[in-house]
Amino acid sequence: MSDDFDLDDLKAAMTAATPTPDDARKAENLALAQKNFDRFQGSADEPRPTSDAPKRGLFRGVFSMLQTFPAKAALTATTAMVAVGMVVYLPNLTNTSDFDDLIRVERDVTAVEVEEQVVVGAVAKDERRKQAAPVAEAPTTSLAAPAPQPNGVLDYDSAAGFAVSGEMASAEPSLDVMHIEPNTEAFPEAEANPLKVTTEDPVSTFSIDVDTASYGIVRNSIENGYLPHVDAVRIEEMVNYFPYDYAAPAHGEAPFATHVTTFQTPWNDGTQLVHIGLQGQLPAVEDRPPLNLVFLIDTSGSMNSPDKLPLLKQSFALMLSELRDEDSVAIVTYAGSAGQVLAPTAASERATILASLNQLDAGGSTAGQAGLQQAYATAEAMSEEGDVSRVILATDGDFNVGLSDPDALKDYISDKRDSGTYLSVLGFGRGNLDDATMQALAQNGNGQAAYIDTLNEAQKVLVDQLTGALFPIANDVKIQVEFNPAQVAEYRLIGYETRILNREDFNNDKVDAGEIGAGHSVTALYEITPVDSQARLTDPLRYGAEADTDGSNEFGFLKLRYKAPGADTSQLIETPITGTVTGTAEASADMRFAAAIAGFGQLLKEDKYLGDWSWGDAIALANGARGADSFGYRAEAVQLMRLAESLSAQQ
Amino acid sequence: MRPIPKMRMEPSDQRLAKEAATGDGAAFATLLARHYDRVFAMAFRLTGSRAEAEDLTQDICAALPVKMARFDGQARFTTWLYRVVVNAAHDRRRRQASHAKAADGWGDWELARQAANAETAERIDWLTHAMRALPDDLRDTLALVLDDMTHADAAEVLQISEGTVSWRISEAKKRLKELKEKEENA
Repeated sequence: MSDDFDLDDLKAAMTAATPTPDDARKAENLALAQKNFDRFQGSADEPRPTSDAPKRGLFRGVFSMLQTFPAKAALTATTAMVAVGMVVYLPNLTNTSDFDDLIRVERDVTAVEVEEQVVVGAVAKDERRKQAAPVAEAPTTSLAAPAPQPNGVLDYDSAAGFAVSGEMASAEPSLDVMHIEPNTEAFPEAEANPLKVTTEDPVSTFSIDVDTASYGIVRNSIENGYLPHVDAVRIEEMVNYFPYDYAAPAHGEAPFATHVTTFQTPWNDGTQLVHIGLQGQLPAVEDRPPLNLVFLIDTSGSMNSPDKLPLLKQSFALMLSELRDEDSVAIVTYAGSAGQVLAPTAASERATILASLNQLDAGGSTAGQAGLQQAYATAEAMSEEGDVSRVILATDGDFNVGLSDPDALKDYISDKRDSGTYLSVLGFGRGNLDDATMQALAQNGNGQAAYIDTLNEAQKVLVDQLTGALFPIANDVKIQVEFNPAQVAEYRLIGYETRILNREDFNNDKVDAGEIGAGHSVTALYEITPVDSQARLTDPLRYGAEADTDGSNEFGFLKLRYKAPGADTSQLIETPITGTVTGTAEASADMRFAAAIAGFGQLLKEDKYLGDWSWGDAIALANGARGADSFGYRAEAVQLMRLAESLSAQQ
Repeated sequence: MRPIPKMRMEPSDQRLAKEAATGDGAAFATLLARHYDRVFAMAFRLTGSRAEAEDLTQDICAALPVKMARFDGQARFTTWLYRVVVNAAHDRRRRQASHAKAADGWGDWELARQAANAETAERIDWLTHAMRALPDDLRDTLALVLDDMTHADAAEVLQISEGTVSWRISEAKKRLKELKEKEENA
């Protein structure tokens, strides 16, 4: 038993070390539990998870984010706080029974929040939705106004203490910020793609994705001094954030060119990366059809912070200068009730558009669905033959009041997509960013989801890439790769977890997939393990069918389907993945950089396939692959990696 | 884990838990009073500091009523409760992770030095050192097993496979042994 260690000593020491609980605290805690128990029993509704709300572990990292906020910022930042704030305001108004009801419900909801971190967003929303009518009819409109009022911080503490953690606030004042759960950020939850064994599952199918929101969120987190929530890290969105210099298709070919290259994996000597790069053609900008844009702007109370509505106004003003005279713009807001702020106006009347943008003011709760319906109706009214119509939804993600059912909303957006109006989603601010819903909306609306945290990002998304963001050149782009079991033992798709399709969906034109805009490039990476590699993680089966060695040295076969905009049937592009492998150093700077970003994402998310490949390796790889980098995006990424390295060392 | 010694007339955990889940306040009170010390002890083993353990226990008490409603009787109550404790500890750790001020309880040497009992001080010091040397997952697993849990029970609490528990324990032992040898040779 030389390699054994006797746990008995440790156990004895542990038993000796374990103190008995403090009696006073014990009594307090038991009383607190009982109080919460009784309070919880009073609530009519069980919290119920909604289908698009991630289930568990959602709020890791969000707490830490909260701690980096000053209390006041946290206060203004979220609508869950609104619920808390309301509890305090209401006691003055308790003369009517309606208000008694409201108080009770809100109190229950906040009590639930203590622990139902995940579900709480949905519950609070549900409850607020139910209560929306009485609130709206109530004589005191100030109720619905969430902007926290002169003595906001005070209310916040006392309300929180009351609603959430009983006597905690007084016992340890420094902890009470931590114990309030005002943050309702939601990220889609998806397990990292697993390793697949080629003989068992040779076919991999997914939809392309040109979203970049994840990179924005990751950057925002890191720059604020904390590592992003693992579910906020979507590797494909990080990789696709960067412009790559892939060759564009020649005229008369498919709307995008497909490039497939295989090179040595930087983090594993025994595997290779299959790099699939799509480059959309960039039609002559002068020839573009007129645009009809409907800005659907969230002006709810939660938008009232410098990185939200003010940034949004600046961003749209930037974009306006890129529009042509024949384009037209309308503005619809939603807050409390939806309303058209600016009737469709020619882009040439810049002053009029800017003036109505500047008049926007945050206040009220969010009537997302009504706003969306109005925006689509406006877009349809503006549309003429040959125009491109698009609704641009700008929100911090709090998309709740009036929303009867998230699935119904998705269906609604899908219907509108079929009618030819696209939807893009721009996320602003942190605190209640509903990344999950934004993703779902953009994916269903044939659009792009981007996260805008700085004016620089607005420049990139709304000015530099305006044509790509607004002019689709191919719809429903799907990729299917069949790997050759004679060459490839195992493979793994890096990222695209939220974009996986069923094998049979590839040929089914009814199944929606991602879009490519003019000039967009899309990158996908597979890590493959050759059959004779030392790095194989699975052993070949003794009784398994022998892989058919047909003499082909191809790694696999790539198939792509896409629809021309407006077309109902898809077209097929096929290309073999040849067995030629280059070394990492010989791969192009674009490919090495994409690999470095994929490594960066894995270090943030799940690094079990990286071996001892470290932050330092990722930084060196990215730094050596910066290329021309005319706007400094890659240099910024290297800085982020360095910060993330330091942050992860602190953990 | 071993069944808790109790008088014959007392209702079982399982029955109390089911009653509490359907809103019986008295059942809930009995149940929590019965297990409070255990929860606290486990909280201490997971955090390594008395103050942290008190706070963690408070978190759990505040949250338990809501969780209770979803106890479906499929797992044993104690297993289920330990899972609540471990998850609460994870949440708390996560919350503190990026907090610059976060003190790793087991790293809190001051606390160990202040251990009142001079006789056990040395062992506690070693314990602190040892627990601190382990990564979170090994430490949590070890804390459960040191609490007389079988590997199967610990696996259920942590929602991992029994094999993983066994692997983690042997890994923890290996590391502790190395640590001990290093100290003895030093």
